[in-house]
Amino acid sequence: MEHQVQDVAEAAHGEAPHAAGMPQLDFSSWPNQIFWLLVALVAIYLLLTRVALPRIGSVLSERRGAITNDLLAAEELKQKAKDAETAYEAALAKARAEAQGIAADARAATDADLADAIARADAEIAARVAVSETRIGEMRAGMQQSVTEVATDTAAALVAALGGRSDGIDAAVASHVKV
Amino acid sequence: METETAAGGFAIHPMDQFIVRPLFSDGPVQWYTVTNVTLWLALAVLCVAALMIFGTRRRALVPSRSQSMAEMAYGLVHNMVEEVTGPEGVKYFPYVMTLFMFILFANLLGLIPASFTTTSHVAVTVTLALMVFVGVTVLGFVRKGPGFLKMFWVESAPLPVRPVLAIIELISYFVRPVSHSIRLAGNLMAGHAVIKVFAGFATMAILSPVAIGAVTVIYGLETLVAVVQAYVFTILTCVYLRDAVADNHH
Repeated sequence: MEHQVQDVAEAAHGEAPHAAGMPQLDFSSWPNQIFWLLVALVAIYLLLTRVALPRIGSVLSERRGAITNDLLAAEELKQKAKDAETAYEAALAKARAEAQGIAADARAATDADLADAIARADAEIAARVAVSETRIGEMRAGMQQSVTEVATDTAAALVAALGGRSDGIDAAVASHVKV
Repeated sequence: METETAAGGFAIHPMDQFIVRPLFSDGPVQWYTVTNVTLWLALAVLCVAALMIFGTRRRALVPSRSQSMAEMAYGLVHNMVEEVTGPEGVKYFPYVMTLFMFILFANLLGLIPASFTTTSHVAVTVTLALMVFVGVTVLGFVRKGPGFLKMFWVESAPLPVRPVLAIIELISYFVRPVSHSIRLAGNLMAGHAVIKVFAGFATMAILSPVAIGAVTVIYGLETLVAVVQAYVFTILTCVYLRDAVADNHH
């Protein structure tokens, strides 16, 4: 029926046939559509189940595995980095303590040297002071003697010149000359 | 022609795009005749193969664009089956995936101008819906035996209401394939016919800017419809499958 209608229309217009009503309801084409649809569906089903879906499924699970592994590796590396940091910190603290020890030792050694040098210098100074004092003492003694001698001589000369006696001059001079 | 408008000058035949024609002869359409249906079904198969097989050929750990599209389609349907149908439904994932990929590409190919939209035909969508309906029913009885009928007997309702509910549930169960198939075919047929009508108006110079603008807008809308209807058909398949596969908890 539908074909007849279409043929009539075609004849009337002299061009490609137009649809009479809804071609969807032209049941003469249904077996054709259903047959080819089933062929297409079976083809898609086979393509998907034989090739595509297993492939995509394996790629997805592979990726999930890779991501999990990478995360684990990253965690491990992070732990390692943390360990290395701790070791570094420990080494740094140790080095710092060592450096402080060395500095303290050096300071102690310097202090000792210094004290030693000071003590030596003090001793030398003391020795020189003693020598000087001795010499000063000697000089003073010599000077006193000279003064006494000069005074005695002068006094004796004076006494002689005045016609006095020369005894008792020494004692008198000694009592007057006090340095 | 009843589809010709009264405007006289217009020769708009919005339904012509749905005519099934033999490709290589002028004879009647036999069940085995190679028709435009065959051509566009074959193209749909080729597109599915191109995306899902050629697109994933490198099995890269870091996917290319085509591979990640294929993986997205896989993930979308796989998650849908798992979430809607439950873990028991995952073994039917390949069937659902077949339906989804076929409908998606048939819809999208139908958007090519001058193409033939296989999924706009009730013959195709009814076959798809009946496959789901018969499949779910057979699967339900195989897995649960007569217990499958318990889904019509609503345990949570008060006893006097249950027979009424059972009748309603039974009717709604048998209406499923009808709504399942008409929804898909109707959406696509209407959209394509409307585009064709507007395109027909574009022959008039005054109307043509409006008509072409409208065609552009509806084309965008139809692209959305093509994807959404494929999704809707698939998710309804999963919902129906749950009745047969999952435990009886609504």
